[in-house]
Amino acid sequence: MRSAFGAAAPLRFLPPEVRLSAPAEPEVDERTEESVDEATLADTPWQTIVWNDPVNLMSYVTYVFQKLFGYDKAKATALMMDVHQKGRATVSSGSREKVEGDVSRLHAAGLWATMQRAS
Amino acid sequence: MKAWKRQGRGDRVRYVAVLDRPEASVLRGLMAQVEQMLTGRNEAAPDDELAALTGIRTGPSTPPDDPVLARLLPDFASSGEDDAGELSAAMRSVREPELIEAKLDAIATVLATCPAGGGRVELAPSQAEEWLAAVNDVRLALGVALEVTEDMPEQLPADDPRADHLPVYHWLTWLQDSLVAGLMQ
Repeated sequence: MRSAFGAAAPLRFLPPEVRLSAPAEPEVDERTEESVDEATLADTPWQTIVWNDPVNLMSYVTYVFQKLFGYDKAKATALMMDVHQKGRATVSSGSREKVEGDVSRLHAAGLWATMQRAS
Repeated sequence: MKAWKRQGRGDRVRYVAVLDRPEASVLRGLMAQVEQMLTGRNEAAPDDELAALTGIRTGPSTPPDDPVLARLLPDFASSGEDDAGELSAAMRSVREPELIEAKLDAIATVLATCPAGGGRVELAPSQAEEWLAAVNDVRLALGVALEVTEDMPEQLPADDPRADHLPVYHWLTWLQDSLVAGLMQ
């Protein structure tokens, strides 16, 4: 049993007004140094990457991998441990459309996921 | 509340817990805040003629300024990609409306199944999955607001302004973990 908490003043994280954001400055990443041959991009398969974050639970991440990708518990757990210990894991791959859909479903579940071309 | 219990078999499996009044009130209050933020983001989306004509909604192409919304609606492309900015912008405008809709549906399920005054919550498996997603979103929002780190202590020093709110975060963590355990049985 988990003890309940006192009736502290409710926490507000709602901003005073929700507004449309201004265009973001493009982020400079040092890993973009190497140039990619544009002609090969269309055929390059894509990868779904899940990144570690301090909020998502190990049990929940394992559950999401099993549920979304149909992985057995051993594989889902191994991927979760990679995310937790190495900071990231490639959890699926395929066409751009497939991977885009996978990233979208992971975002719906609250995981921090991105897509990139397989290197 | 006590841990979630799994009851029944087959099509009749239900996940059951009893929340007391303060628990239900805090949970519903946090859900309502996230709901309001997501709805606000939805309403700020561009309304173009093509969308009106085709019925296909287009979302904004830039990430939210607000850090909580930005965590709930992250970029699609890895930042190392040469064209990460363009890719993320294109995918956000296509995908964000349906993503917000999925998150709002999950919150609506929690609000519909958790009595305002507290009491018994009984969930079919699909509803339990929506609870997991919605509770996770609230935890993500709290994680940003409370600057939660990997090694967050159970309690913060009393003079820390976050000290009063951390127990709520830990309680939601426990609630979610208990429901995951039930679903993985």
